[in-house]
Formats: sequence, C-alpha cells, structure tokens
Amino acid sequence: MLKVEEQQQPVEFSSALVEKFDEIVSRYPAGKQKSALLPLLHLVQAEFGWTSAPAMDKVAEYLNIEPIEVYEVASFYSMYFLQPKGKYVLEVCRTGPCCLVGAEKIMAHIEGKLGVKEGEVTADGLFSWRGVECLAACGYAPVLQIGPEYTFYENLTEQSVDTLIDNLRNK
Amino acid sequence: MGRKLLLEHINVPGINTLAVYREKGGYRAVEKALKTLTPDEVVEEVKKSGLRGRGGAGFPTGMKWSFLAKPEGVARYLVCNADESEPGTFKDRYLMTYIPHALIEGMIVASFALGAKTSYIYVRGEMMPQIRILEKAIAEAKAAGFLGKNILGTGYDLELYVQPGGGAYICGEETALLESLEGKRGNPRIKPPFPAIAGLYGCPTVVNNVESIAAVVPIINDGGDEYAKIGIGRSTGTKLISASGNLVKPGVYEIELGLPVEEFIYSDEYCGGIANGKRLKATVAGGSSVPILPANLTLKYANGEPRLMSYESLSEGGFATGTMLGSGGFIAFDEDQCIVRNTWNFSRFYHHESCGQCSPCREGTGWLEKVLHRLEYGHGKMSDIDLLVDVSKKIEGNTICPLGDAAAWPVASAIRHFRDEFEWHVKEPVKSLSSNYGLANYAVPIEKKVEEVKQDNL
Repeated sequence: MLKVEEQQQPVEFSSALVEKFDEIVSRYPAGKQKSALLPLLHLVQAEFGWTSAPAMDKVAEYLNIEPIEVYEVASFYSMYFLQPKGKYVLEVCRTGPCCLVGAEKIMAHIEGKLGVKEGEVTADGLFSWRGVECLAACGYAPVLQIGPEYTFYENLTEQSVDTLIDNLRNK
Repeated sequence: MGRKLLLEHINVPGINTLAVYREKGGYRAVEKALKTLTPDEVVEEVKKSGLRGRGGAGFPTGMKWSFLAKPEGVARYLVCNADESEPGTFKDRYLMTYIPHALIEGMIVASFALGAKTSYIYVRGEMMPQIRILEKAIAEAKAAGFLGKNILGTGYDLELYVQPGGGAYICGEETALLESLEGKRGNPRIKPPFPAIAGLYGCPTVVNNVESIAAVVPIINDGGDEYAKIGIGRSTGTKLISASGNLVKPGVYEIELGLPVEEFIYSDEYCGGIANGKRLKATVAGGSSVPILPANLTLKYANGEPRLMSYESLSEGGFATGTMLGSGGFIAFDEDQCIVRNTWNFSRFYHHESCGQCSPCREGTGWLEKVLHRLEYGHGKMSDIDLLVDVSKKIEGNTICPLGDAAAWPVASAIRHFRDEFEWHVKEPVKSLSSNYGLANYAVPIEKKVEEVKQDNL
C-alpha cells in the first residue's frame, strides 16, 4: 500500500535536473515519454533523498501523465523510498546464497551498531538499514549497497562493516 | 583448460576500454556483419550455432530472432534483458562490469540482424555502477563510429540506450520488462501475442539476455558451425556459471557445456571443492527457481552415470531425480546448512517479488512462506509438509508468467528429496532451533532405477 507521508512540502526541480529529464525523454519515440518515468524517479530520489508525493506530482506534470500513474509505479518497485530515510541507507542482501555465508549475522551486527531497527532512521539522521532481496552478487557474499550511487561492498565481515559505518559517520 | 569465448581477455588490464578491447580483436564482428553479411545471414549463423537463451529458459536464440514480424513501416526493437535478479546468478553483472564492450558489440550485431534502429539495455536499477560503465562504453563506441548514423559508412543507423529498472525481480520476465520499459508496473502480459509480434510500444520486439547477446560476437567472428562444435549435443558453446554458497572459490566461470558436475565443483580450475573442509549436502544448479538436488543426485544420475553441466544432462530424470541448467546460478550447500531454512528463505523471496497479478501466486507464495516459517521456527505440524506440496501444486501452471512455477519448484523439490529433514523439524522442534539435521544420507550414492525413485516419490 502506498504510504504518502504527512510531509507535503512543495519541491522545486532545478534547471539542471530538468535538463537531465529532457535528455532522458529524448531516448524514446515521440509520445512515449512515460518510458522516462523510472529513470526520472531515480534522479528525483538522488536529489531529495526520497520520493515524496509533491515530487511525484511534479514528475507527473512534467511527463504529462496522471499523478496516479507515478504513484502506482513508485509503490511497485522496491528502490523508491516513500518515506524519508537516513542519508546513508545500508541495504543488505538477505536472500539464500548470502545467508549461507552469514548475511543474517551481518544484519544483526548492523542493527546493534546503529541502534535502530530495520527501516528506522538514526537520531542524527545519518543512517537507515534494511534487508533487500538478491542483489546478484552471490559469489562475493555477504554484500550490501548504499544509494544513491549504489556503491557496492562485498565479502562483508563485522569488522569491515564497522569500518564502513565509522568512515561514513566521519565524512 | 576449457575454451573461453566470452571471458578470454577478462584479465587484460584496460579491457573495459574501447582501445584495449579493439586491440584484442574487438568490434571485428561488427565490421564483418555490417560490411559482408546481410541481416538474414547473421540470423542464419546464430541459428547454425545452436545458441540457446542464456537467461534461463534455454530457447534457441536464432529461432526467436526468426519469429520477429517485419511489417512495412513499423519500428522493430531489440531489448537486452540485464535485469539479473535470480538468486544465485551474477554472471551478467560480471560481464558488464569487466568487459562491457562485449555486450555493446553484440547489441550492434544483433540489432543489425533484426533491423532495429533503436535498442535498449534494461539494467536492474540496483546496478547503477554497471549502468555508468555501459553508458561510458556506449559513448566510446559512438565516438569511434560504431553507433549513431551511418555506422562504418554502411548506411545502417543505430541508437543504443541504457534503461534502469526500479528494483523488481519480475521485470526479468520479458513482457514485465517491456511494461517496465514503458514506464509501468512490471505486470507480465498474457501471451500471445508474443513480443516478436507485439512487444515494446506494440511493435515487434526481441528480448535477449546479456550473455546470449555477447555470445553473438564469437558466433559471427568464427561462424555458427565452429560455435556448434563446442559443447555436447544440443547444448552448444560455452556458458557462464555463477558459483556461490559454501565453495572454496565462488565466482563466475566460463565452461564448455558438457563439463562433469563433479569436476566443476571439485577441480582447482573451477570451484576448488567445498569450503572449510566440509562435505557437500545439496546444490541448486541453475538459480533459485530450479529444483534443489541432494549431493548424490547432483553428481550422478539415479542409475549411477555421471551428471554433466548441460541443458539435457542436468534435467536427466525429470523432476523426480533431475533439475535444470536455468540461468547457470550454481549454489552449493555444505553439511551444516538447513534445507528447511533455505526453502523458507527462497519462499520469502518469491512472496516479496510476486507482482500480485495472479491470485495463485500472490496468495500461494504467502502461504508457502508462512508455513515454512512455522516449520523452521518449531511450530510446524506433520500435515504442514503435505500442505506445502498441495499449495505448490496449485500455484504451478496456474499463473500468467513462470514466477509461479519458480516459487513452487524449490518447495516441491526440497520436500521430494529432503522430507526426512522436514519431518525432523516437526518431531524435534526445540532441537531444530539450535542444531541442524546434518548430511544424513544425502551424499550416499543411490543405485536405483529411475522407476524405483519415482515410486519412492509418490
């Protein structure tokens, strides 16, 4: 179910962002601009940290489609955050092959280290974490990724996770 | 050493750049196809090669191409399926990361063969680093005249774009992928019409896996007949295998189809055996969707003959004693792994990824997850085991797309081969929380006729 947050702060798209939108729309035949929806939502999320309802409305307006067409897509795919998250969202693969080599321990360790449950945000607003389904890196398991660049961290250990979190915190 | 066609130069420094890729013979296939062959001749070479779809279904690629409708004045599309999400599979990520031009070159040749003027590579959204790599490679290829208008002066025009997904396993199904590429939810379409008749924007479309498209390059360079000489029977050529789980050397390996499974697992050239000196308990040979097999049936058929890495050999014995090559996602389980827990984990995956369009899958995958969860956590009943079989039978074959089957098969096969372990979880609910069932007799060679094994499974 779509959870549209209470937060309804209006958003503005910068001209640099709209320029990127224009380039993406040019990749499809005339009249098929809706194809740009998924890439545009990624750009919006990278810019604002999440995909808010006002931002989705503006995307709908830009693509000349109904807002519901954006909501139904944003709520279907797992990568779009419909609520604000921490600045860094640690997404740990929790599917079979990763679990064979210790993904569950890594998730428990992250929960302890950050002191927040899956999906929650740390008090300083820096971190969230969640388990995600197969990231197609089973040979380098356990793995996690951090958006919006989706940088990949492989062969995780409790120590390497500690180092990663500490480095991000001190950035 | 087996022959390498896709990964021959993977360790050459700078092979991700156009310059080094060309030094190693890259883009010869584009020159050859566009300058010396007609589109139909390219299709003919691919048909002769016997190449079968590397995404999982194993449908002959050349035949798929020949089904493409070519109405006058209607655009045709080639879409590359790089939505690699099948648990256990990570070969496409590897290929795109380290040798992106192999895919770009294949896309140009395949687009030429199909008469596509615009082609898309649909990459799963989580692979943003690979998207950036591909976009850079496309820019290089375009600057060198291999893409854009009038490629190499032949009059052929092609634009190639990378499209990110949004995080949905279902978009690996070709019609869901096309829906997603049109900016919609990834709900699979009812077939027919097949994409070859009405695909992207209602136009004739071919959707091919990354590895299938990359394989077109050596097929054009050396000829389809040469490619068909590699492999065994109808399993021609080489295949990328993603090896994961409890192995000494997990990773991506290119094998000649027909390699004995035992050699793949234990030889130092490939996986190097089971990690930490443990023994093999079970394998999933082709990605999480294919039936799981105990160690004994992984290495040998029920009649004792060695099993090979090929489409036919892995499925020898049907679902009673065999499995499938699938996408080549090879997952190894050591003696300490719990089959019930893993089956629950996979069911959770399918429940999470079901698009919700068909009731048997939407509801059934949830039931599978819930019942397996209670078995794993010590609340199961003996009747739950047959309930799982019943639910999986009611999903299988009753859905628009194969995700339903993919959710049902791992459960049905786990119970078929590991029923003892499921029963132990019911009989020993407390013990099963803190220890595991172990290797039991799952590695003991069975010397039975297939008919007898079928009897046991009734």
